[in-house]
Amino acid sequence: MKSLKKWIVAGFAASVVAATGTVSAADTIKIGEINHYKRMAAFAGPYKQGIELALDEVNSAGGVLGKPLEFIFRDDQGKPGEAIKIAEELMTREGTVMLTGTILSNIGLAISSLAAEKGYVYLAAEPLADSIVWESGNKYTFRLRASTYMQAAMLAEAASKTDAKTYATIAPNYAYGKDAVAAFKKALMALRPDVTFVTEQWPALFKIDAGAEVQAIEKAKPDAIYNVTFGGDLAKFVREGTTRGLFEGRNVYGLLTGEPEYLDPLKDEAPEGWTVTGYPWYDFAEGDNKVFVDAYQAKYSERPGIGSLVGYMTVQSIAAGITKAGATDADSLIAGFRGLDVDTPVGKIHFREQDHQATMGAFVGTTALKDGAGIMVDWAYKDGADYLPSDEEVAKMRPAD
Amino acid sequence: MGLFVAQLLTGLANAAALFLVASGLSLIFGVTRIVNFAHGSFYMLGAFIGYSLMQVLPGGVGFWSSVLLAGLAVGIIGMLVEILVLRPVYKAPELFQLVATFGVILVIQDLTLMIWGAEDVLGPRAPGLKGIVRIMGEPVPKFDLALIAITPFVLFALWYLISKTRIGILVRAATQDREMVGALGVNQSWLFTGVFFLGAALAGLGGAIQLPKGGADLLMDFNILASIFVVVVIGGMGSLPGAYIAAVLISVLNVFGVAYIPQSTLVLMFVVMAVVLTVRPYGLLGREEVAGEHGQVGEPEKPIKPASMRVRLVVLVLLLVLAALPFFAEPFFTILATDVIVFCLFAASLHFILGLGGLVSFGHAAYFGGGAYVAALLVSYVNAPMELAFLLAPVGAGLLAVIIGWLCLRLSGVYFAMLTLALAQLVWSLVFQWDEFTGGDDGLVDIWPSEWLSDTTVYFYFTMVVGIGGILLLRHIAHSPFGYALRASRDSVRQAEATGINTKRVQWFAFSIAGALAGLSGALFVFSKGSVFPVELEIAKSFDGLIVVFLGGVKTLSGGIVGAAALSLVQDYITRFEYWRLALGLLIIAVVIIAPNGIVGSIRILFEQRFGIARRVQS
Repeated sequence: MKSLKKWIVAGFAASVVAATGTVSAADTIKIGEINHYKRMAAFAGPYKQGIELALDEVNSAGGVLGKPLEFIFRDDQGKPGEAIKIAEELMTREGTVMLTGTILSNIGLAISSLAAEKGYVYLAAEPLADSIVWESGNKYTFRLRASTYMQAAMLAEAASKTDAKTYATIAPNYAYGKDAVAAFKKALMALRPDVTFVTEQWPALFKIDAGAEVQAIEKAKPDAIYNVTFGGDLAKFVREGTTRGLFEGRNVYGLLTGEPEYLDPLKDEAPEGWTVTGYPWYDFAEGDNKVFVDAYQAKYSERPGIGSLVGYMTVQSIAAGITKAGATDADSLIAGFRGLDVDTPVGKIHFREQDHQATMGAFVGTTALKDGAGIMVDWAYKDGADYLPSDEEVAKMRPAD
Repeated sequence: MGLFVAQLLTGLANAAALFLVASGLSLIFGVTRIVNFAHGSFYMLGAFIGYSLMQVLPGGVGFWSSVLLAGLAVGIIGMLVEILVLRPVYKAPELFQLVATFGVILVIQDLTLMIWGAEDVLGPRAPGLKGIVRIMGEPVPKFDLALIAITPFVLFALWYLISKTRIGILVRAATQDREMVGALGVNQSWLFTGVFFLGAALAGLGGAIQLPKGGADLLMDFNILASIFVVVVIGGMGSLPGAYIAAVLISVLNVFGVAYIPQSTLVLMFVVMAVVLTVRPYGLLGREEVAGEHGQVGEPEKPIKPASMRVRLVVLVLLLVLAALPFFAEPFFTILATDVIVFCLFAASLHFILGLGGLVSFGHAAYFGGGAYVAALLVSYVNAPMELAFLLAPVGAGLLAVIIGWLCLRLSGVYFAMLTLALAQLVWSLVFQWDEFTGGDDGLVDIWPSEWLSDTTVYFYFTMVVGIGGILLLRHIAHSPFGYALRASRDSVRQAEATGINTKRVQWFAFSIAGALAGLSGALFVFSKGSVFPVELEIAKSFDGLIVVFLGGVKTLSGGIVGAAALSLVQDYITRFEYWRLALGLLIIAVVIIAPNGIVGSIRILFEQRFGIARRVQS
């Protein structure tokens, strides 16, 4: 039965190929890229451009395994169910050898689960959820970008060096916000057991009632504030907070706040003096970071976002992974990505064998205003490898392969 | 005390934009009976247009004239939408117009992205109102005070327009009885257009006036939608003072919710709505819907009959082709077909209560997602075998429908619809918020079928048997005595009761069956995708169902299935293109205008016009 079916399918496919003469599978190595191009256009756009820039470079240098690398971009409408369908189509019909993409964590988790079930290799490029490599981690899934935990731990380290004792947190009321607060608390309490959290605010995502939130935080009179809100919520929070003087004389820590995608829309009202993670593309004097930024601006005549960098590094990682693997079947690819070292604009990164998390770090700095726009000053690049839990802790969280 | 006053002022200021947008929606609904899903889009357009104008017009005068001009511009856009899109479909079945407004949402989303780009814009501050005033020691932004002062004026102006002017008299008359107003020689279409202009302009004003408190972004259309529906319903559909009271109530309660129960931000609004509707079923200042319209609007429906032999044969052939799919098509097409069947069962279950029962549920996703979550939770927590989880999913979803149905069926018409929406949102926020148990937004993953079903082709056959079995079951019920009782309850409650039908019980039972079958499709869904997330419970999912049922033809037995299959196949193809939302939106609008009876209904009418006479001669 099964073999009969196979024969019929093969015969059908052969006749289609014979009839149309279009067979390109052998010419390129295809990668399936699934993203929320419409739903999150401000983030997916720069990301896609980063990918295309890197593809040009990889292919003009001869491609991988002697073939050009090709990305097939598909929009999932921001729906996990759609993403699964597209992933199947890419892997079974388009002839892609592996999957990558997604910004939203839930879609990243959905594809990761599919990857494990069907034996597809998936490089989660941008989703931040810790569970992608830990609680829900699996053999087939790798992740590039510094996770929620890593970035929160970087801010907690900065916070531990001040004498602030009471903290308020404000985070969108969903998984990412809760993870980000829990990670910050855990990391900060480990370094500074004397710290207390006096209030936790949980505005609904993209429906913040900023005036009320500011009043509620002010009421608790904290020494410092840890902010996880982003996008339109961040703009409203900053405006109400500045107007009502919430940030005066307080240390504020902002997760992702320094990323151009979030900081630029604030223009001359960008908060000053916040400690944030972000991407100071305007401030590189030399080195690979500068080379990347220059190449990007030459090609697109617009500023790169953090998404551009991640897109660029995604291609670099995939090209390096396939080259190391030497073949494109799942097992070879897994062997290729495990322990892979990649040279990137931010330096050498390493895909850890114990949890498949890359050691891409983040830039931590202080926000300031320059020429009517928010920037990061006094920034430093923090290597992700230094902000991950111990191997024992990871082993405890991550299911065995 | 100072803080209390300051919080109260914050709430009042927040109520301003909410009231403006909601009052527009309320007006439009009151007169035209159109549930305008695109109202959030008008709000978004107001924000973006206002922003652009403020870049050009300087100073305080520039700011306030930008706000007014944005309202005017959006009003004109609303007018165009009414003339071009809605006017051709006023004769269509009740609520059909909401499909057209959904098409408008998609078109506006892509046009806004094209014109203003993807990045959020930060609203300019109002000149002269940038600072704060200290009231009892607490800082209060000056602009908040301006908003608090302006809103009552708008309310008064609207009240004056509605109660003291001739236009207002016509609007009120139309709200009570459109046909009568038409019979008295008033040009209804221009009245409708005018009301649409006013409603859209209010939404545009709301969008522009909130700029100094935030800005404009591409997600704000859907983000405000639920809250304005809630405000309109709490206030009472069509009541402007009601909308104001409700906007203030929601905003003020929200401020105190944030301060004392920070986790309440998701549910609070819906809890308030559920409570208000339980005590006052028609909202605070709303009046019971006039039972003037007996039965459904439009042409009377033909009695349904079992499919003829010829149709059965066609369906049988189609099913055989479908069953043979894995033998001649690429493996992906079996996956696509699985998705389509799952969606068809979901749509068929909604069609069962909507088409046959006349019960418009805006929250049908609760049972689809509910079934999916029941299965996923059983697998995740008690390690239930897939088969057991699969069987319990429709039971769980059915029980949910029993409870929600009991609460909602005390209302009727659009209030019923809104209460189903509110309760579905409650279920959503429960799942979204309770992340220790449900995984929150990160959902439940690794919910895969048993070994024997893990092959996608086998799962496709499984879906086919279960899905098509479910659809056939619904059709069978439609032709059973129970189906007749259900349609009788829809067409005339009075007459049905007089013949001894307990209409409420019949509807309640139908609602539960629909819920159980939606849960069944949810179970099929979760095991085909391997994971479930709160998006499956969202308003957007409920809307998807509504749209395909109307698109397929609400007055035909197979409308839901045909609409679902057509839309999911078109969507699968069209999302490959850059501006697919624009294309899909225009396509939906085109279908709505060309086929106001839905795809199946219009094809049938066409068919009968062609061959109907010939057949009659033959017999």
